[in-house]
Amino acid sequence: MGTMDPANSTPAVTIRDVTKRFGSVAAVDGVSLAIAPGEFFSLLGPSGSGKTTMLRMIAGFELPTSGRIELDGRDVTQSPPFDRDVNTVFQDYALFPHMNVMRNVEYGLRMKRVPKDERRTRAAHALATVRLEQFGDRKPDQLSGGQRQRVALARALVNEPKVLLLDEPLGALDLKLREEMQSELARIQRDVGITFIFVTHDQGEALTLSSRVAVFNHGRIEQVGTPREIYETPGSAFVAGFVGSASVIEGAAARALVGDDGPYSIRPERVTILAAETASSDANTIRANGQVTDVQYHGDGTRVQLQLEAGASMLAEVPNVGDQTSLPERGAKVTVGFRRSDMLSLHHAGAEPDQARAHVSRTHESGETP
Amino acid sequence: MYLSSFSRWMLRGFTALVLVVLYAPILYVARLSVNTSKNYAWPPRGFTFSTWNHAVHEAGPREALTHSLQTGAVATAIALVLGTLAAFALTRSRFFGRNAVNIFIVLPIALPGIVTGIALLSGFQRVGITLSFTTLVVAHATFCVVIVYNNSAARLRRLSPAVRDASADLGADGWQTFWYITFPLMRTALVAGGLLAFALSFDEIIVTTFTAGVGYKTLPLWFADNFSRPNAIPTVNVVATFVVLASIIPVWVAQRLTDSDSANR
Repeated sequence: MGTMDPANSTPAVTIRDVTKRFGSVAAVDGVSLAIAPGEFFSLLGPSGSGKTTMLRMIAGFELPTSGRIELDGRDVTQSPPFDRDVNTVFQDYALFPHMNVMRNVEYGLRMKRVPKDERRTRAAHALATVRLEQFGDRKPDQLSGGQRQRVALARALVNEPKVLLLDEPLGALDLKLREEMQSELARIQRDVGITFIFVTHDQGEALTLSSRVAVFNHGRIEQVGTPREIYETPGSAFVAGFVGSASVIEGAAARALVGDDGPYSIRPERVTILAAETASSDANTIRANGQVTDVQYHGDGTRVQLQLEAGASMLAEVPNVGDQTSLPERGAKVTVGFRRSDMLSLHHAGAEPDQARAHVSRTHESGETP
Repeated sequence: MYLSSFSRWMLRGFTALVLVVLYAPILYVARLSVNTSKNYAWPPRGFTFSTWNHAVHEAGPREALTHSLQTGAVATAIALVLGTLAAFALTRSRFFGRNAVNIFIVLPIALPGIVTGIALLSGFQRVGITLSFTTLVVAHATFCVVIVYNNSAARLRRLSPAVRDASADLGADGWQTFWYITFPLMRTALVAGGLLAFALSFDEIIVTTFTAGVGYKTLPLWFADNFSRPNAIPTVNVVATFVVLASIIPVWVAQRLTDSDSANR
């Protein structure tokens, strides 16, 4: 696992068995985490999975029903937001509409009674960090969405908090701007070295930016790990299906293909559609016959949904690199091949398989799953 | 929006008609206030400021105007405090009976003044409170609170709760958040509510009749006493014209404030 060794230093954030109930609903259900100083840590999950509630409890906007939250070793479970050394970048930015950009950014320093000159210098520096040094006099409503986003970031960073919390900060931006802000965020995090806790439902964003990711589902953590671990060795069917795409193979189908009941997951890019003649009998390659049920063009690749004769549905991704005529059509009979080692066992998954499986099929968009 | 030339002319005609109906009587009174003859005869003859000169030196209307300003100011001040506090309570927290409380706060504005007036009068008498400036102010505050409450509550509902979270997140305690964030963002709503409340109190007559102390004349009461007395007519015209002119100022202020407010968001 990554570069940090939690045993050696006090974690920036420690979450011990935290539960938050709203009425009878447990939004966060027994979550424990240790986040090391300087990490870019993502809370990833679908909406309603408890990731935002978790973030709001770290910020102090919500109090846990039970459990304990520590910042840098200090118990802050019951502390109000203004008494915690964390700052938040809000989803809708939450800039103060009656103040100009400069006054927005220096607000935190003003509350801490930092003298005016120092305040101005630090705020100007923070604005420079987000490349908005020329915009100090503007009001928030004179800025574009991306600029407001940067102001929100500067307003939080200027306080040099121990931990910066980001609540889906890029959710409201269009794709191009979002990608730009992603690399901007990564750069800023490297430069300032502050621990970032980043809430997102976008798995691509989480994989790109994070040093580690916690995947949330139904208020619980399904898996914590580096982006590579999460993607390449998903710990549960839910993680396999939510982070990237995956086909889950289990029961009779798994027995026919691999030899035991599974469950297994396999990434579409690891499945190859074989030309009928190539009968290379590689010991490591598993071959299966099936029928194409759907073909979706994705730009950089084409997704082919298959119904295997062994009784499972499987997704294959064909990169769009060469001859387009070789793509199978819907209804065609094809043979696919994949390596035994690409069939990832989900057996060690802690989550109840029934529940997890329901979510996998939901996250598959093709809807052809029988 | 596209309108045929016929509809456009119709709309212009109606607008002109409505403005004439609204303002002709006021202009009529204004014209009579500088008339040389001392009756409502039309067409007016001559032009003089002697009635104005005379009215300025009359104690009755000046005292009544002072009373109205005092009553309006105190009632509005009370309404600003109570109405805003009520708005905070009812928009920021949920509690049993919240909707009922909301209705009870707003109800006085819908009650006929005669009902409010009689109810307050018999209430005061029952507990043995003699009518005075205080009873009058309390009576006016009952409906002034509603105006302030409605304005403040509407604004508070529109304020994003994330802005308060952001303020707390940046180290501001509850008072600092109120002082630097919430209050500035609702200031224009308070001014608008306050002006409206004051205007309501200023021309209130029915509740005033029942709750003012003996001999305490507000401007509407003075008008009611004098408008049918032939030798007071010139003064009535002058005072009426003066009030119309004076009320342009707060209306203008309110418009400017709400304009700059909408430009800010």
